[in-house]
Amino acid sequence: MKIKKGKLLIDQHDKNFMYGGKFGGNFVPETLKKPIDDLTKLFAKLRKDKKFLKERDKYFKSYVGSPTPFIKLENLTDYLKGAQIYAKVVSEANGGAHKIYNATVHCLIAKKAGKKFIVGDTGAGYAGKMLSMAAKKFGLKCKIFMGAKDIKRQRPNVEAIKKNGATIVPVTTGSQTLVDAVSECMRYWVSNCDTTHMCVGSTVGPNIFIKICAWSTAQISRELYNQVKEEFGKIPRKIKLLNCVGGGSSAIGFWNEFMDTDAEFVGVEAGGPKNSNLHAAPLTNGSKIGILHGAAQYVIQNKEGQIGSTESISAGLDYPGISPLHCFLKDAKRARYTSANDEEALKAYQLVSELENISPSLEPSHAFHEAIRLAPKLKSSEIIVVNSCGDSIKDKDIIKQKLGSYQR
Amino acid sequence: MNSNIARTFINCKREKRAALLTYTVAGDNTKNNSLKILNAISKNADILELGFPHNTPIADGGQIQESSHRALKNGIKLKDVFQIVKKFKNSNPDKPLILMGYFNLIYQSGENIFLKNCKDSGVDGLIIVDLPYPENKKFATKCKKKSIDFIQLISPTTSDDRMKKIIRDSHSMIYYISMLSTTGGKLKVSPKKILQNYNKIKSINRSKNIVIGFGITDKTVSALKKADGLVVGSQLCKTITNSIKKRLNTAKVLNKMVYKLKKKII
Repeated sequence: MKIKKGKLLIDQHDKNFMYGGKFGGNFVPETLKKPIDDLTKLFAKLRKDKKFLKERDKYFKSYVGSPTPFIKLENLTDYLKGAQIYAKVVSEANGGAHKIYNATVHCLIAKKAGKKFIVGDTGAGYAGKMLSMAAKKFGLKCKIFMGAKDIKRQRPNVEAIKKNGATIVPVTTGSQTLVDAVSECMRYWVSNCDTTHMCVGSTVGPNIFIKICAWSTAQISRELYNQVKEEFGKIPRKIKLLNCVGGGSSAIGFWNEFMDTDAEFVGVEAGGPKNSNLHAAPLTNGSKIGILHGAAQYVIQNKEGQIGSTESISAGLDYPGISPLHCFLKDAKRARYTSANDEEALKAYQLVSELENISPSLEPSHAFHEAIRLAPKLKSSEIIVVNSCGDSIKDKDIIKQKLGSYQR
Repeated sequence: MNSNIARTFINCKREKRAALLTYTVAGDNTKNNSLKILNAISKNADILELGFPHNTPIADGGQIQESSHRALKNGIKLKDVFQIVKKFKNSNPDKPLILMGYFNLIYQSGENIFLKNCKDSGVDGLIIVDLPYPENKKFATKCKKKSIDFIQLISPTTSDDRMKKIIRDSHSMIYYISMLSTTGGKLKVSPKKILQNYNKIKSINRSKNIVIGFGITDKTVSALKKADGLVVGSQLCKTITNSIKKRLNTAKVLNKMVYKLKKKII
């Protein structure tokens, strides 16, 4: 399996929409074939349409707030005495996370498709918050599907969704987390696809949703590529781009423009609580390929094919599957994947928040753990960039409960 | 030679009536009970659909989800599903039985092993919810080689061009999804409109047996009885749920319900 140079990763599928012949596809009920086909055609047209691209860029600039800062973490670098550590502070984007890119693009597409309703799933609540924000901005009626367990643990984002005028549909089936929210949202779309546009919150699901999401978050690396060039005069040979992966949307966006460079990609999955078998790390822990939410991917499941339960302190990573694009990158050996457990992520959050002016949420804290682990082993000429794709404020309650106090 | 399924439709046509298809979930609420239910309802049902449960279904409504959940909670495995089928077919060799479910379970078994198990236990047909056309072509051919009917689905969103291709590559039976909905939704389209679509499919190839499913209950079944066949699923699952709650004999209650449904279409 090989990644082709000079061709966007999202377009490297075969006629059945499979990456590397093994990952992705459209395993969907017949009813969704037509709406998916329509959306595929519309998106193919729009991404070539200069007017649409101009519109996208306008909103990315004036509404999302592009470019987000690229900063050196001087104190953390001094403290660890190794590689130079940088952060791409994507949490500075409007709404506080990378999910705004996908949400904005989906709303623009929904408008072009003439749809008045938009629905989406959410785990950490960011995808839901951003979609409700963008829906409000673009005048679309919005419904957000969210697991009942996540509603309890991600209160600040839940409140934001409500404030934006969207309806939250609590999902009480299964583990009551992201996996069930995605299923319920798809079921809703099966029943309402004639009037409603669906936004899948990450680079998962039927192929077109993977494409739209990755195409949207690619803005992160478009900015970063220029910022890195400006900082170092070129793209350094020894540069590592570290990103947490749950569904994998921020990582794909963070890496996209660097695909054909020497940059090393490291994805950090959620290892779950220490000494627990429950985790959300299908790439690290050798899960088998299975079908989840319409796509073939490495997925946590039992021998029969029932999808397994996961547990992670970060709701945004608490998902048994992983984007087919990451499966492709892994098997093609273009990216490597590891995991950090709950405790390690918490410690990383604490250290970064103490030393620096940024305070990563528990999702990117998984990636910061890997940076903290790696940096002392590397030379000072080497560079690590972490995508700080969310802000800890949404995790206030969990952090307080685990550490006794919350600092930002 | 005609398949069990094709033969059943011929018999129903001879009796000038629609075939009644039922859907229940294997292992709901126990292995034994689901077998008892099959045995009981097979007196009045013409074709039995049996679901093999999956815990992440993307097209099932609440009633079927609940049945699947109960079955999985009771530890139902694919090997149990095949055992139920085998026992049922031993005593009812001519009654067609169709397995219905999601592709991941087949993918994990391996297509060939899964089909061998189908053949060995006596499965007559397969409906795979999330393996649409044309991705299912290879698998459908494998089914045909084993004399198992692969049942293609057509929905109100299926384009004319696509419909023709699906029908061309279909086996003896086609499943028409009455409306945009998960299973068990309230019928939100008029029976007249559904039959219009049905006739459109039928006119492309009259030799195919078209059954209508989704939203079919004892309230709506008679309005659609002109179809080759009608599938009732969620209402039966709901009846099982209620009879468990009331501690009634589920097989008996289901038998009554299916009898009632049958009377409405003759």
